[in-house]
Amino acid sequence: MKIVVCAKQVPDTTEVKLDPKTGTLIRDGVPSIINPDDKAGIEAALQLKEAVPGSTVTVVSMGPPQADVALREALAMGCDEAILVSDRAFGGADTWATSSTIAAALKKIDFDVIITGRQAIDGDTAQVGPQIAEHLGLPQVSYAENVEVDGEYLKVQRQFEDRYHIIKVKMPCVITALAELAEPRYMTVGGIVDAYDSKEVKVWGLADLKDTIDEANIGLAGSPTRVKQSFTKQPKAAGTVLKDLTPDEAVDAIVAKLKEKYII
Amino acid sequence: MVDFKLTNKQLLAKKLFAEFAEKEIKPIAAEMDETEVYSLELLEKLKKVGLLGIPYDKKYGGAGADVLTYAVAMEEVSKVDASTGITMSVHTSLCCPCINDFGTEEQKEKYLRPLVNGTWSGCFSLTEPGAGTDASGAKTIAEKTEDGKYYVLNGQKVFTTNGGFADVFIVFALTDKTKGPKGMSAFIVEKGTPGMIIGENIKRMGIRAASNVEVAFVDCKVPAENLLGKEGKGYGIAMGALAGGRIGIAAQATGIAQGALNEAIKYSKERKQFGKPLSSFQHTQFQCVEMQTRIDAARLLTWRAAKAKDDHENYTPLSAMAKLYASQVAVEVTRFAVQLMGGYGYSREYPVERMYRDAKITEIYEGTSEAMKMVAGGAVMNAVK
Repeated sequence: MKIVVCAKQVPDTTEVKLDPKTGTLIRDGVPSIINPDDKAGIEAALQLKEAVPGSTVTVVSMGPPQADVALREALAMGCDEAILVSDRAFGGADTWATSSTIAAALKKIDFDVIITGRQAIDGDTAQVGPQIAEHLGLPQVSYAENVEVDGEYLKVQRQFEDRYHIIKVKMPCVITALAELAEPRYMTVGGIVDAYDSKEVKVWGLADLKDTIDEANIGLAGSPTRVKQSFTKQPKAAGTVLKDLTPDEAVDAIVAKLKEKYII
Repeated sequence: MVDFKLTNKQLLAKKLFAEFAEKEIKPIAAEMDETEVYSLELLEKLKKVGLLGIPYDKKYGGAGADVLTYAVAMEEVSKVDASTGITMSVHTSLCCPCINDFGTEEQKEKYLRPLVNGTWSGCFSLTEPGAGTDASGAKTIAEKTEDGKYYVLNGQKVFTTNGGFADVFIVFALTDKTKGPKGMSAFIVEKGTPGMIIGENIKRMGIRAASNVEVAFVDCKVPAENLLGKEGKGYGIAMGALAGGRIGIAAQATGIAQGALNEAIKYSKERKQFGKPLSSFQHTQFQCVEMQTRIDAARLLTWRAAKAKDDHENYTPLSAMAKLYASQVAVEVTRFAVQLMGGYGYSREYPVERMYRDAKITEIYEGTSEAMKMVAGGAVMNAVK
């Protein structure tokens, strides 16, 4: 089985600080990591590889040259190949331009399944994975919390707020992984040595993708999104707690409150 | 060209060591110290990520990294737990090099491979009740049987780190009592060999989680093919291993010191006295700078020795000087950390008292500070004509 994982290098903080004037991320002094959902995706890919002998895992990332270290880390965890999609022309991409570019790279690779993280902690859009599936015309299952191989199908447990679905999907397909999907393994020391000495990170620029890419859909110019404002989510105000009520009194209290706010 | 920076490969390894230490070792370090038992579950995890085979050839299942990467691992691990540091060190830089450097191809396949590929752990039995710094005073004997198939070991060893669980023991014994150190030979002895009796854990001041035992040999028959090198080469094998081992201990001492200083600085930012955080007093800042300067110097001496070993240069005086200095720094910085943190530093709620107790041994084992001066003496004095 040929497994492809898409992974992004992100600043190591769940509360990314924003420059209040420009609305952009302040990355100075923040160490970079593999996005947690993507790292779970890598682990899931490695587990699938172990479950189906003869499988390979290729990790793909789009980013600046510094993202090399994130790919080396993935190789040191056990991935077989790594591709860094990197070119100044890809800079400033929104989710549309990013997914267009990554899809152009994926068109050049053989695969049975593509695993992406659900969302990146520096953007929280959860759009790139599903968009890649659309660009490639593939079925997709997002929010995967468990994946098993079943012949030429995958059985995916998809998380919902109050339940889960088990979905059988024919390969090739795209899965977006939740961090809960798999606890990432450590790199090994020998794996790190291999990642630098006997494996390589291929770098694909615009020229390498010219037969699969639509240049109208890449980089800042190919990004329809304009960010009006970025901000850290504010915590919700504390709710009202009514204690020691009988069920009937509780119902009356809630209904009265809803009427007071003209909700009912 | 002088370059004090780690390569990208070494930096990625450092990231692994730091993450592993933080998540797997730190949470249980205090408990292991209290119970004086090394977690075998942790030992298995160390093996799994390759922490017991760092500077060994991939050909034998090792990680294929360099000695400098091993020194970085020793520092990162010892920042949170010196006992794990010594467990790794005795295995990696005392037991394994004896087989790696002096073993036959058969011995390497049979013993080095499982030791460095994460299957087994090893230890090193040299010190005896009457032979410490003067290792040549060892009395354990090894007599060859008449048919030449075995050596029969008799004698007693003490302070054998990892002895409580190790699968392989490197044991030094006299094959010729009349020749002193020149009559000493090295043997590979497997756990469970009849006649090798493992004693109780020895109660110690620090590194209390590490296994450290007496080992007695009573008519213990070891196959003749388990002799390392030739008869009479044991003392040289032991001294060679210890010269490399000191790089690990210097790194361990550096780690203990850095771990303690990090704890003290963190505490100084939270602890308020006289209306402001301790960290805001210039005296605190000055002292922390003094300590960090010494730690950095210790680290650079350690890296110099490690790099010399990687480059196959004479590192023996360099590792002795690195250990001499780094161990002093470890004792000094941990004492400072306890002092800065006051009553809380002295309490077992915080890790610095443990680090203070752990630091002391680095001035003693694998050669005392005094022995380090003997080792480096020639190189220092002869440098001036």
